[in-house]
Amino acid sequence: MSTPILSIRDVRRSYGRGQNRFEALKGLDLDIRQGESIAIVGKSGSGKSTLMHILALLDTPSTGVVELQGADTANLRGAALNRTRNKTFGFVFQQFFLTANASVLENVVLPMKIAGIPRSERRRRGLAALEQLDLADKAGNKAVDLSGGQKQRVVIARALVNEPSIIFADEPTGNLDSTTGAAVEDILFGLNRDKGITLIVVTHDEDLAARCDRRILIRDGLLVEDSAKVAA
Amino acid sequence: MKAPDLISSAVANTFRAKTRTLLTILAIFVGAFTLTLTNGLGTGINAYIDDTVTSIGAEDVMTVTKTAETPDDAATGPGGGTEGPAEYNPDTITSTQPGPPGATLIALTPTDIDTLKTIDGVIDAQATKTVTPDYIQAGDGTKYTVSAGGLVTGQTIQLAAGREPADTPADTADGSANEIVLPVSYVEPLGFSDNEAALGQSVSVAVTDAGRTQHVVPATIVGVAEESIAGAAPAIIPSTSLTDLLYDTQNGGLTSSSTGTGAAPDATTGASTDVERYSQASIWFDPNATDEETTALKDDLSAAGYTGSTVADQLGTFTTIINAIVLILNAFAVIALLAASFGIVNTLLMSVQERTREIGLMKAMGMGSGKVFTLFSLEAAFIGFLGSAIGAGIAIITGTLISSALTTTFLADLPGLNLIAFDPASIAIIILAVMAIAFLAGTLPAARAAKADPVESLRYE
Repeated sequence: MSTPILSIRDVRRSYGRGQNRFEALKGLDLDIRQGESIAIVGKSGSGKSTLMHILALLDTPSTGVVELQGADTANLRGAALNRTRNKTFGFVFQQFFLTANASVLENVVLPMKIAGIPRSERRRRGLAALEQLDLADKAGNKAVDLSGGQKQRVVIARALVNEPSIIFADEPTGNLDSTTGAAVEDILFGLNRDKGITLIVVTHDEDLAARCDRRILIRDGLLVEDSAKVAA
Repeated sequence: MKAPDLISSAVANTFRAKTRTLLTILAIFVGAFTLTLTNGLGTGINAYIDDTVTSIGAEDVMTVTKTAETPDDAATGPGGGTEGPAEYNPDTITSTQPGPPGATLIALTPTDIDTLKTIDGVIDAQATKTVTPDYIQAGDGTKYTVSAGGLVTGQTIQLAAGREPADTPADTADGSANEIVLPVSYVEPLGFSDNEAALGQSVSVAVTDAGRTQHVVPATIVGVAEESIAGAAPAIIPSTSLTDLLYDTQNGGLTSSSTGTGAAPDATTGASTDVERYSQASIWFDPNATDEETTALKDDLSAAGYTGSTVADQLGTFTTIINAIVLILNAFAVIALLAASFGIVNTLLMSVQERTREIGLMKAMGMGSGKVFTLFSLEAAFIGFLGSAIGAGIAIITGTLISSALTTTFLADLPGLNLIAFDPASIAIIILAVMAIAFLAGTLPAARAAKADPVESLRYE
């Protein structure tokens, strides 16, 4: 079996200290392989968001090891860590996080701007990503003028534009009606299937979770169910 | 993120909350406007003083008088003396230096001039010959009273037409060195149609000698001088040889009353002792002398019993007052700028607050804290730039308008005074300084933005 793209060992994460100490994650082990689609499910406060943040290297575990493509990420610091996040991950959030008054294209090219890619290439690749999501005609529109579904497609274009190997989607359909939500899901799973992009979805929508290859249930900071292990 | 992208993003972000940015810019505008205007005032007045200094005297020249030996010897006026009446000193003459009317000082003799030449640092010494003409007349026209000024090497006149009088006869057109520069206010009364028409014309200058005999000396007009603040009374400026001639004539008493050129006083008349007394002398020193060297020279002079004063001494107080006033006005402007900088802090703090999620997203996407800090600092500097550039620009326009309005109205008596002048270097310094202040004000919000934790920021609703 090939090296997992993401691997965590006995990860714990606690907040506060003394009396107020709160353990969000109480020791998790997880291997995620390239090209998988994984749903992390659990109730509010179960620790699923914390887990996603740790997997996305936005947060560091209190104890435990996070390995990205077999390399310990504890050694990643500063510029190297930023570069890794920029190149490896794409993010899709429930609240979109688009800059309202900037154009759709400007929003999409933001990760490339951060990476320092030249303007002409940014434009070319940004338009290509929008084309892929049937939004090429909206490139010049202000992000604020789009519908919810269009906004989420812009967010997906932004997540795609740097050709990441992993896309993190935090409640990607939470703010969408079921029809648009289903369309957005189709796009995400299409990317997973056609481009081999690893998809990590955090949700409490069981229907969405059911569409993933693998379902992981988190409860009170512990991994209580992993469909891959059940199958195995 | 590359530097050009950082700058363009910062500029774009500045215009996102237009009203808020505009208000902050206005606050900076007030400070920058005031600072530019007060600075322009200083520049204008000081430039005028500098122009005037060269017309009062050359920078490497010191005016020397003999120091009265004891306070009650000559210098004390009536009632000021503590020991009764001053003792008679045959060398005492009426001073022509600025001071109380009737103040007297000790005359300088040729021996004193030789002594001055031996003092360390003195390059040359020359007696100042004071000429008191009775009148000036063109042809058979009306006679007008006039005073005569001197011109030493290195001193310039603000000329309206023509040139300065020649130093030596060889420099003049016809070999006679009797050239004068006429004050502009004498041009029309003397019957010349304009400044140019007066050039090359002949005038007569009359002086009265010690024997109450009036002598008329012809002179050629070579230049017309502007009036300036320094020349309180309009005075003709004769060439060196004409000054000598007039001086010898007025002190000789026995010189030929003919209109002969270059007539020397008769040395055998015994009047020479009278001639060889001067109220003051000019000494030349190294033009590159530092302030310390100039002070040392003054100390040497006083040790030898003389008082030396430079043009800078004479105008020093004036310049100091102007600089002090400008400094105080600038201080007010800086206070306004400081107040404005709190506006920048406030604006950017609100901006950071509003854009928490955006900052979080950028950090999640791999933007380093340093870049986030730079982005917000650049925004602050850009707001500072806008405020100061607009402020300076409008101040230049306003200042120029005010200045030209004043020049034609109640400052019309001071020709050459441009009350508010702008110097590109100081404008640039003001803009850069305001940008620096804005940048510093931006560091607090920028640091807050840079510190933001992406996870916390993304959770922020």
